[in-house]
Amino acid sequence: MDSLAAVLYLILFPGFVFLLVFGLFCEWVDRKVYARLQNRVGPPLFQPFADLIKLLGKEDIIPKNVDSILFQYTPLIAFAAVMTPIIFIPIWSATALFPLQGDLIIALYLLSIPALALFVIGWSSVSLYPLLGGFRAATMLFGYEVPFILACLSCGIIAGSWRISDITAYLEMYPASMLIVIPGFVIALLALEAKLERTPFDIPQAETEIVGGVLTEYSGKKLAVMRLMDDIRMVVGSSLIAAVFLGGFIVSYGSISWAGTDLTNVINFLLYIAKSLMIVFLLAVIRTLFARIRIDQMLDFSWKYLAMGGIFQLFIAVMYIGILHG
Amino acid sequence: MEKNILIPIGPQHPGFKEPMRLDISIDGEKVVDADIILSFNHRGIEKATEARSYIQNLYLIERVCGICSHAHTTSYCHAVEEILGLQVPDQARYIRTFIGELERIQSHLLWLGIAGHEIGWDTLLMYTWRDRERVNDMLELISGNRVHYAMNTIGGVRRDIAQEDISGLKEGLDLLEKSVKYYIHVITEEETFLMRTRGVGYLSTDKARKLCAVGPTTRASNVKIDVRADDSYAAYLDLDFSVVTAESGDVWGRSIVKTGELVQSIRICRQVLDVLPGGEIRTKAPPKVPTGEAVSRYEAPRGELIYYVKSNGSNMPERVKIRSPTLGNWLVMAEMLKGVYIADVPIVVDAIDPCLSCSARVTMTDYSKGKKVVTTLGALGKWKKGRRGIA
Repeated sequence: MDSLAAVLYLILFPGFVFLLVFGLFCEWVDRKVYARLQNRVGPPLFQPFADLIKLLGKEDIIPKNVDSILFQYTPLIAFAAVMTPIIFIPIWSATALFPLQGDLIIALYLLSIPALALFVIGWSSVSLYPLLGGFRAATMLFGYEVPFILACLSCGIIAGSWRISDITAYLEMYPASMLIVIPGFVIALLALEAKLERTPFDIPQAETEIVGGVLTEYSGKKLAVMRLMDDIRMVVGSSLIAAVFLGGFIVSYGSISWAGTDLTNVINFLLYIAKSLMIVFLLAVIRTLFARIRIDQMLDFSWKYLAMGGIFQLFIAVMYIGILHG
Repeated sequence: MEKNILIPIGPQHPGFKEPMRLDISIDGEKVVDADIILSFNHRGIEKATEARSYIQNLYLIERVCGICSHAHTTSYCHAVEEILGLQVPDQARYIRTFIGELERIQSHLLWLGIAGHEIGWDTLLMYTWRDRERVNDMLELISGNRVHYAMNTIGGVRRDIAQEDISGLKEGLDLLEKSVKYYIHVITEEETFLMRTRGVGYLSTDKARKLCAVGPTTRASNVKIDVRADDSYAAYLDLDFSVVTAESGDVWGRSIVKTGELVQSIRICRQVLDVLPGGEIRTKAPPKVPTGEAVSRYEAPRGELIYYVKSNGSNMPERVKIRSPTLGNWLVMAEMLKGVYIADVPIVVDAIDPCLSCSARVTMTDYSKGKKVVTTLGALGKWKKGRRGIA
């Protein structure tokens, strides 16, 4: 692969531009589903895009007392961190753009950067509400991170590789093994909901308690970047879950063609979109159904049920491998 | 050294719908003490009533509160009618009851939605407020207005319920009953709602009595008081309903009481529509009211509302004193806040359904000295320009 193509991949597809468009589209799907389930009309298709443009044009205020460097550059670090995993996630075939050995771990690590970034932002904002929000974001990290990793690693154990592309390829070869990671899928979905700080886990940005949460002091471009970061985090998180748990819904290379053209990549890409949108839909349904729980209840829930479930899933995965190879 | 951290919440805060300030002292995540600072929007309504005639006052008093406007005018009318010794026609009594109950339904539905919003469950807000529209439509059908119905006048009501509207109203009540039953199901079954409301903001029966709490807040602590039953007014004596109480004394109990009252209100409304006696809707009242005074009690959606009216023989009252239900509940709110988590503060505050526009009193704050003084109306009259800040 020559370097020009690599740059194009990173900038256009599946890199920045694709993530931007798909992220905004997913935000629209999320908001629309949320609204329809609540008996509301919901936003028009271009609303998230319009919001973004509007925010970019707004005055960008940096409060006097903040730690200026941290305050200004942490959003960019968070933004870069959530975009990067897309190069490890298979989109149009069972192989990702730049697969690495152990890229599942890297992707999980990169996806937890935003929580740390939120903590740093809360700290550097020197204001009560961001501080509380930042603490809450960091506290929640201890709750959802372990179950999320346990659930994802179970798939790695089944496939015998820490590479996301290998997991997808394995699930493609043995689609039935998707059935035994169903508990892991549910756990990962709930943990992702917490990771994305959405109801019932929207504790760090609980409007009625701590006003704007971590981002209270943000405005203009930086707020736009943070909101876009949220969207892209949702897309990348859903794509990761889709690749790791639903990898079986993919067609092997060269098996579908129409009028002499090989359409496999197109079909696989559409399948990827469908899988991600399904996960976004499920996330929106979860958001509709529940009230926000308290931080202590959230940690209770994560450790008592999610982490236990994750260990259970790991156990199943090890048993499965033992029976298969033993 | 001060061990506890003081967190100011408000006067402007997304958790509060009206300006109020809470200074909560926290130890870790728990609230140790709460200081309530009120009256950010004093409007001087009581004073203004003294410069208007009894009829003009109706329109002023209706605007004390946007949610329970009918409660205020009915209570005021009862007081004035008592001084006048006026007999209100039966039809008017029933219509007053009907509007009052519809108002209770819309107020409680509004509360349920806000409670959902406070605990981050906007779905409940959207659903209850959609159904609240139906009540508003019904009120519009009767009175032509959705918020300030302007139904009351001294000696009766201003509009009759037309015979052809009754079927539409009954239909609306059926729809409401269906959705209210669904909400009762939701708030008793939904796990996250229970997690956030059970055991939160506990108020014991003893404390509720001692601190003179009113309305659903008291009834949720298993104190059976309800002006409608204890000191019946309008048509409540002729109607069959029960006073809803709960034993848990927490926010959940308060939601159970309020939803239970929704069912009772719908029941009352049905009875009223069935037995509307017809006939005159008002007795003509003289413009001048003889010397005298009267106190009237009314069970507003938030609790007992008290009006004191003193007349001096002219066409303007000498003194009108309003004791709104929210004022009776501030003390218990401070009590309920002790020991809750910071995250529970909004829902506990909201559980008494605070209506600040009803309960503003005058407090002057001298910011330069950081001193708060509660002033009397007389002192307010002498209040000079140049002093900073009415708070």
